[in-house]
Amino acid sequence: MSNVFAVKQARSFAPLPTLLRKSLPFVSLALMLMAIGWLNPRAISYMGFNLMLNLAIPVALATIAQMFVITVNELDLSTGFFISFIASVSVTMLNDTPLLGAVVIAGSILVYAAIGALIHLRNLPSIVVTLGMAFVWQGLALMVLPQPGGKAPAWLQALMGCHVPFVPFPIIAAAVIAIVLHFTLMKTSYGAVLRGIGGNQSAVARAGWSVLRAKVLAFMLAGVFGVMAAFTLVGISTAADAGIGAGYTLLAIAGVILGGGEFMGGRVSPTGAVAGALTLTLASASLLSFMRIPTDWQSGANGAILIIVLALRAAIGRRAS
Amino acid sequence: MTSSVIAFSAVAKSFGPVMALGGVDFVVEAGECVGLVGHNGAGKSTLMHVVAGTLRADSGRCVVAGHDVLDYSVALAHKLGVRCVFQELSLCPNLTVAENTRLSHSSLSGWGSLRRADSIIAGKLDEIFPGHGIKGTDVVGDLSIGRRQMVEVARAFTQSLDPIRLVILDEPTSSLDARASAQLLAYVRRAVANQISCILISHLLNEVLESTDRIVVMRDGKVALCDPTTAFDREKLVAAMVGLPKERGNAERARRHGDVPLRVTVRDGRGISNRDLLARAGEIIGLSGLAAHGQSQLLVRIFEAADRRDPEVEVTAAVAVVAGDRQTDGVFPLWSVLENISVRSLSALTSNLLISQRKQSEVGEAWRKRLSIRTPDMNNSILSLSGGNQQKALFARALASDAKIILMDDPMRGVDIATKLEVYDIIRDEAAKGRTFLWYTTEIEELENCDRVYVLRNGEIVAALDHDDINEHSVIRSSFEEAA
Repeated sequence: MSNVFAVKQARSFAPLPTLLRKSLPFVSLALMLMAIGWLNPRAISYMGFNLMLNLAIPVALATIAQMFVITVNELDLSTGFFISFIASVSVTMLNDTPLLGAVVIAGSILVYAAIGALIHLRNLPSIVVTLGMAFVWQGLALMVLPQPGGKAPAWLQALMGCHVPFVPFPIIAAAVIAIVLHFTLMKTSYGAVLRGIGGNQSAVARAGWSVLRAKVLAFMLAGVFGVMAAFTLVGISTAADAGIGAGYTLLAIAGVILGGGEFMGGRVSPTGAVAGALTLTLASASLLSFMRIPTDWQSGANGAILIIVLALRAAIGRRAS
Repeated sequence: MTSSVIAFSAVAKSFGPVMALGGVDFVVEAGECVGLVGHNGAGKSTLMHVVAGTLRADSGRCVVAGHDVLDYSVALAHKLGVRCVFQELSLCPNLTVAENTRLSHSSLSGWGSLRRADSIIAGKLDEIFPGHGIKGTDVVGDLSIGRRQMVEVARAFTQSLDPIRLVILDEPTSSLDARASAQLLAYVRRAVANQISCILISHLLNEVLESTDRIVVMRDGKVALCDPTTAFDREKLVAAMVGLPKERGNAERARRHGDVPLRVTVRDGRGISNRDLLARAGEIIGLSGLAAHGQSQLLVRIFEAADRRDPEVEVTAAVAVVAGDRQTDGVFPLWSVLENISVRSLSALTSNLLISQRKQSEVGEAWRKRLSIRTPDMNNSILSLSGGNQQKALFARALASDAKIILMDDPMRGVDIATKLEVYDIIRDEAAKGRTFLWYTTEIEELENCDRVYVLRNGEIVAALDHDDINEHSVIRSSFEEAA
């Protein structure tokens, strides 16, 4: 009898929608590539990918930075300006006086950690705190680099200029980022703790983990990945200006959400986030220009792509429930 | 005494001006199951939080497993072997069953730890709830509430490095069906035989009477009575808890109707007429069966049919809902008690496009008196109320509205018996005035208040029991018929 009941109680949970939802970021990316290939077959080549995906690495890293913050149910509105600040420091202090530059950058990661602690201890809304910090970072960036210019350290330029045979470098970099983070966040114990905080903070606390430490760590990682995003960005552009990262805040949030993440509840996916970042980069830089959409309309068209993908996901989600 | 797992003396705890514990002596011996009963607000939960290390006592001496603990914490409680299944589920819904298990075992780390966690929890689930149908890779949020509770309970009994000396079970069966509850209570007896102690908190007195060795009755933050279970019976227990005489029974309910208007009709999809659900004005209709067999969904369907056409469901009057899962479906946690009550009736409380403060507080005051909601000020936050009083506020929200049909989705889950008896009276009163109640409950005793009970199995009505036929035997028989 007991077995009969086990079967009868089993909720008919269709695995298909779950699979669809999880694969949506990758399907969107593939569709994007197919559209580009159809519009401009020559783009699908070693050189084409190198050009199209060049900017995908900083976007992917910024998306990962945002993902850590979203994992613990917070939101970081200062990502872009933080990247601007670090980029400004990289093309000035880090190039001229490397030690001082390194100290400043390490210090700003600690500031990120302190913001995490502050948000948790004082129970402040992260949107407000990080919005305030956005202005602070922007101001600091302007102080460090009042005019566009500077020079990226040679080693950064060399790193981003590196070419790998057969497979374009940005694709390798994206794959490495995705795989490393998939293991750290989805497979390790502490990754489960971080995601658990997004799901049910008090449950994690009751299991004996320090929520403060986890939130500090999440914000610190956001800082570290923000720094890496800035480094790769100046490595590509070789110079900077104080507004270089301005668009990255929203790009990063969009990347996380496009990649299957949700604002609340600790549901994130590093592999999806990287795919989301690639999709966004391709959409804004390549697809729309190949479609000969005037630059004035590109932001709007970019937004439309985002809305379509998210609507698809919502539709799949509704079917699943 | 060295064999005591817990030895508290004169433990006190206050929250601001509210005294939650006023000098409690509380002892749990090794290999003993202690039942802890009392009102909501009697101090049980506070005492258990102190035992589990989530709250610190203001004064008193706490000895845990022979250690005089001064700096007690959750982590130390874990190390000393104290586990807790809290009343509000404490699983992370976004994680899998195995990941949730690993969260509570910090010793499980490194390569393959997820697989080990998976096998530990699967083994324990098999041991406690054979035939549970849960996989370690299931995401908790996708499981039904009953299964989540199974996971929660099984997780507390899993062992990796630290010993298990005491498991606190706070309303462990509130979301389990009868079969899973029985499995759990049987397991508790086996665990106790293996020298693991348990503290069982339950509002189902027969569970406490059948499964414990000793019963501690709390009242107003103190231990009112503590005796071996054999010295108690139901009457004595209820009397010790609330000082209320037993007043219930199948007696009244001389059934009226004839030409009373029909309020709700749910026709059976396959056209079998004796499986239709009919609810007339003034009736209290029960929905029963094993937990999570479509009762809540039926209520939702009726609720939706009130404003959207549904070919099989006919609803002829306004509808209001009393939610059972307070945290997710019930209270607005940032609002005051008054706002929580009046939100269903805002259009009636409006004058000149604005909410009339006067009308709002009149309504609030009237229902505070009627339901005796215990709060000094209706403008206090809803979260300042105890669970039972929050639930009363949700009843007030529905009853203060213009709705003629009240849908109740297991509203008494985890509510103390005194509150229940008060609310039963109000429901009967309101039904006599012509309101219709549709009441899903997991407690068979509650069905005795109903005029008619429909038993659901796999989302379909499989039996309709008239008032005189409602008893544990008939309900269980209809719930299980096919499987037996």
